[in-house]
Amino acid sequence: MNLQSIATGHIRKLCICGCLAAFFVTGCKEEPKTMESGSVLVPSPDNAGLKLPEGFGAIQVAESLGKPRHIAVNSQGGIYIKLREPVKGQGILYLEDTDGDGITDIKEGFGDYGGTGICIVDDHLYASSDEQVFGYTMDANGKVKNPTMPDTLVTGLIARRAHESKSLTADGSGNLYVNIGAYSNACQVEDRKVGSPAMMPCPILDSAGGIWRFRTDKLNQSYGEGVRFATGLRNVVGLDWNHEVNKLFVTQHGRDMLNTLFPELYDVETSAILPAETLYMLDEGDDAGWPYIYYDQQQKKKIQAPEYGGDGKKTGGENAIDPVVAFPGHMAPNALLFYTGDMFPERYRNGAFIAFHGSWNRAPEPQAGYMVAFVPFSNGKPSGDWEVFADGFSGMQEVLSPNDAAHRPTGLAQGPDGSLYVSDDQGGSLFRIIYTKK
Amino acid sequence: MAVKITGKAIFSLLFLLGVFGACNLVKKQEKENPDTESSVEKGAPKIEIVSDTPAFMANGEKVYVENCLVCHQADGKGVSGLNPPIFNSEYVNGDKSRLLKILFKGSNEGLVVQGTTYSNAMPGFATLNDTAIAHVASYIRNSFGNSTDSITIEQVARFRSSEYQ
Repeated sequence: MNLQSIATGHIRKLCICGCLAAFFVTGCKEEPKTMESGSVLVPSPDNAGLKLPEGFGAIQVAESLGKPRHIAVNSQGGIYIKLREPVKGQGILYLEDTDGDGITDIKEGFGDYGGTGICIVDDHLYASSDEQVFGYTMDANGKVKNPTMPDTLVTGLIARRAHESKSLTADGSGNLYVNIGAYSNACQVEDRKVGSPAMMPCPILDSAGGIWRFRTDKLNQSYGEGVRFATGLRNVVGLDWNHEVNKLFVTQHGRDMLNTLFPELYDVETSAILPAETLYMLDEGDDAGWPYIYYDQQQKKKIQAPEYGGDGKKTGGENAIDPVVAFPGHMAPNALLFYTGDMFPERYRNGAFIAFHGSWNRAPEPQAGYMVAFVPFSNGKPSGDWEVFADGFSGMQEVLSPNDAAHRPTGLAQGPDGSLYVSDDQGGSLFRIIYTKK
Repeated sequence: MAVKITGKAIFSLLFLLGVFGACNLVKKQEKENPDTESSVEKGAPKIEIVSDTPAFMANGEKVYVENCLVCHQADGKGVSGLNPPIFNSEYVNGDKSRLLKILFKGSNEGLVVQGTTYSNAMPGFATLNDTAIAHVASYIRNSFGNSTDSITIEQVARFRSSEYQ
């Protein structure tokens, strides 16, 4: 394993700024959290540029990480990061903050494959490439014991570039839930081509466009050994198991290009906000309706897709489930996390945090997303409207092109103390959001 | 009759444009300072300056906005991991036949640009006419920081007839 210390001059500088910030924070009678080691968590200057509700602070715990996708934190606070592409042959990073100031000072790596999915259940770490899912075992310190020899749990999953990331979560009862995204926008014969007809029925759905369930205790599973748990999901990047109600929740990326493909039905402005990005609660056998329908958050209806005879008004998908929450279009919900910690105020408990990567398909209209949203939940159901929780990732008022954004929220994880971690695959940073008010 | 635009021709054109641009600048200064000596025109030939950009740029931009911008974005930088950038792309600035093939038939093989793979499929645009394709191809080869020789309508027509008998 390649041990790399990242105690650079830059980090020292951050620490000095942090101490200054601590002085001011203390002055405002918002006492910083004291860690077990006695060190104090101090928000980065200006909360590392993030805009947060009153009482919250943000620490930029690491930077220059490459393209961090999903993240998982062990019970000791060690952070595992799945990288989209390996850096120096390492596709999973392990970061640790040994002195308790919030800034990570140990960085190790393993796993020679790129990908998106990663999660922790008890003493097991699961991570995915775009075709496979691997299982690792952690020791009493939460360190992976078999970094070079993981178990291959799942193999041979379809990856045809578009929507290839195999995001995953686990229910704690021996089941893994893996997204297999549809390698298509709307199941046209020629993907994204004006005038190309849709396929009926959509043949992609037999092996993609849904969530597949596998076991955590079986090796080399593929389609034959897995179960298609839910279908009609174009591309799910955020998944989390809600332990309060024992259900799987997922966030789907809705289809693109309504105006480009059907300019006579959708103008540019409408196409920028439709269809909805959706949060679903899934039961086994559920169908969310892609590609035949999409959800319109303004009409609050399932609308027939124009490729399948829709006109923007005609409803469809009588057997398809409705979303639990519908967000404005194209914001790219890349991670979902039900908050179970006790650091944040009571109203956040059991609610859903959603990391919106930020849109591109709204062009030429201004882009949207680039923030972490919150939906309050009670008994597994939303108990209020969604709200922006953490903003300011892009570093600008209005994003016109995604590459202008400084950061794009990508993954979410909860620390053992209840901190919320947010990864960023654009700027290569990792943020930790803490509650500083008593 | 096909007009071959060579690197030399482009250079000459750019040189001329540069001269015109300089003339414009001088004229502007003259306007601002009407008392300067050079403002006295005595029998100097009048040069009408219409535009200092090649003809394909305006229409090429229009075609780009209508067909390409939604994916490749207003700045031509594309979308990380999904839609490749126009700027500094070998597929845009390199071999003309390869670029025309992508414009006509699309691409769904995960092009690698500057070491990054881009996963979204690009549809073909064979339904656009030769002028539109020539202009947009020339536009993207000369926008967003790119500066490469343009592609003529005749070259596009020849490509179309060779690919679609």
